[in-house]
Amino acid sequence: MAKVPKPSELLLDYALPKAEWMDTKPDFRPGTWCYPGKAKNLDVLQLPHAREWNPPDEDWKLPSNWKEIIFEGLRDCLDKYRSLRIFMDVCVRCGACADKCHFYIGSGDPKNMPVLRAELLRSIYRKEFTTAGKVLGKIAGARELTEDVVKEWFYYFFQCTECRRCSVFCPYGIDTAEITIIGRELLNLLGLNIDWVVGPAANCFMNGNHLGIQPHAFKDMIEFFVDEIEAVNGVRVEPTFNRKGAEILFITPSGDVFADPGTYTLMGYLMLFHEIGLDYTWSTYASEGGNFGLFTNHDTMKKLNAKMYAEAKRLGVKYIIGGECGHMWRVVNQYMDTMNGPADFLEVPVSPITGTVFENARSTKMIHIVEFTADLIKNGKLKLDPSRNDHHNVTYHDSCNPARGMGFFDEPRYVIQNVCNNFHDMPPNTIREQTFCCGSGSGLNTDEFMEMRMRGGLPRANAVRHVHDKYGVNMLSTICAIDRAVLTPLMDYWVPGVGVTGVHELVGNALVMEGETERTTDLRGEPLAGMEDIENEDV
Amino acid sequence: MSLEKFLTESRTTVLKRWFDAVVDAYPPETTRLLKKEKNQFANPVGHNLSQGMEGIYDELAGGLAPEKVQPHLDQIIRIRAIQDFSPSQAVAFIFLLKKIFRDVLGDAHTDEGISPQELLALETQIDSLALLAFNIYMECREKLCEVRIAEIKNRSFRLLQRANLLAEIPEHESEFKKGSTPIT
Repeated sequence: MAKVPKPSELLLDYALPKAEWMDTKPDFRPGTWCYPGKAKNLDVLQLPHAREWNPPDEDWKLPSNWKEIIFEGLRDCLDKYRSLRIFMDVCVRCGACADKCHFYIGSGDPKNMPVLRAELLRSIYRKEFTTAGKVLGKIAGARELTEDVVKEWFYYFFQCTECRRCSVFCPYGIDTAEITIIGRELLNLLGLNIDWVVGPAANCFMNGNHLGIQPHAFKDMIEFFVDEIEAVNGVRVEPTFNRKGAEILFITPSGDVFADPGTYTLMGYLMLFHEIGLDYTWSTYASEGGNFGLFTNHDTMKKLNAKMYAEAKRLGVKYIIGGECGHMWRVVNQYMDTMNGPADFLEVPVSPITGTVFENARSTKMIHIVEFTADLIKNGKLKLDPSRNDHHNVTYHDSCNPARGMGFFDEPRYVIQNVCNNFHDMPPNTIREQTFCCGSGSGLNTDEFMEMRMRGGLPRANAVRHVHDKYGVNMLSTICAIDRAVLTPLMDYWVPGVGVTGVHELVGNALVMEGETERTTDLRGEPLAGMEDIENEDV
Repeated sequence: MSLEKFLTESRTTVLKRWFDAVVDAYPPETTRLLKKEKNQFANPVGHNLSQGMEGIYDELAGGLAPEKVQPHLDQIIRIRAIQDFSPSQAVAFIFLLKKIFRDVLGDAHTDEGISPQELLALETQIDSLALLAFNIYMECREKLCEVRIAEIKNRSFRLLQRANLLAEIPEHESEFKKGSTPIT
């Protein structure tokens, strides 16, 4: 039975516990942790120590030599990644990062301060790998590795979305996301991961995408959207699948295929490619842009990334265009080249419509759909009617990975402002490189984690509420599939009345297509501004 | 002194003590952030707490119309409902007002105080605030469940739609003829 507080405690005991951080343990309350990875999924990914276990349980069934495994794993990482050793040694605990984390701002839990989250690992590093830590112990910020420490790692490394906002403010450039990545890598050595990460990673490994949609079903679902587009404007687009010899392979997160509102963004891609007559193909095997390997370990990330390039090679395309995804772009921009690159069997991307050479993708041979579209607009190749988005008053959420992982700030705004008449940016310290995370990235977008997601998303929602109140903003646009899925409940809780859209949904709405019938609705079937009565008459 | 005058004159003092009492309940590092950071986007919790408290106080001083005080309570409780608080901890900030009013009255000279009847009336209004706070807290928690359910439904909607087209709506013959396979 739950502890019933005494009447005297009810009023006085409203405070959170005040104790030294090393002396507090996480409380595995529902809503603050994610379900553990299932053994079958760990097995598929060939991750060690697959077993059934549960975070609130006392016994996590760790392997008997778990300490050795962690120390050996940490030693291996320190040898392999020089950056990690620097990040472990160089922090002076200045606190510049402390209040920059959305989870800390929203929760008030000091262990969500990036500096303290890193200390969870650093304290163990000091004790085992530094003389000062060995001799001076706690005085030098060192502590023993215990099972409670492992539990604390699991709790807090899965309360970090690896968004890197903190690293923008670190005077030494410590990338705390990389510390979380290593923390998760070490936890994986003990078979500790969450199912929302290893499930999609295993599905992607086996079937090509996070949900495990098989090739025939993937094709079927995209054809379903072909019908939907035809119902909106009478144009029948004709996508091809696994077509050898196509000029371009298009890869997008599978979230766009099966979850609203991402599906409308996918319709936007289909319409754009049809209108410009792009020689491209979908792959039903590399049917996932997302890479949950990034949230598992380096090997899994490498394997899943390699699949996209293997498919590009098999189909004989010249280069790849990637859809509106978040972490796919972090993987491609920051890790692909050293993991699987250079992709020298592909060609440097050149837009077949404008002739623009995308020098920025010289090595990875993969360009972002938004830069591709921005280039089309810049060169006057698209006929656009932005008034078709007049029922939307739009703001833009810089998705963390394209923003901080590749400096992608202006292209999305350029596209939006060409396809919409009403646009208002959020305040400067909440956008561009300082953008606040959605609170659900890095594989934390699972429903059992909803309470913590609402905490993490609070700063973002607070900025949206500001433009909602001030300018009447009713649509939050973004270029990440996870964002499109998770900002919807976030808005529903914090700022009801604000919808979520991908940028190419807005492009699809505004795009004037050859042979189209007069549009009365947007891609969602909702009446365009001024067309409300026509819709009613139809009914 | 009338209650009205007392509430007007004590506004700054009470609000300061109330805000401090609420944010002192957070860990010390967080208390510092909540008190010091003035940018509303860098410190949304502190900003919303203080804005909400000011609104509640002014409504209390103005006679407490539930529909007017509700948004201010919501501004605070929506945050505390998803932070690491028990339900009683989440709404306890309302009851702190009673103690603060008594303390402020105790600090004042006796001849400037308000009558016991007026104090009781004020405390009754605070009790009403607490009852409203319970409602809002429950609304927030229910909303949390609601968005969770909606997310699960939305995640599988397109898949179910495909399956349903085949299994339950045979009049869409063109779809049926394609021989699409339902996803199980």
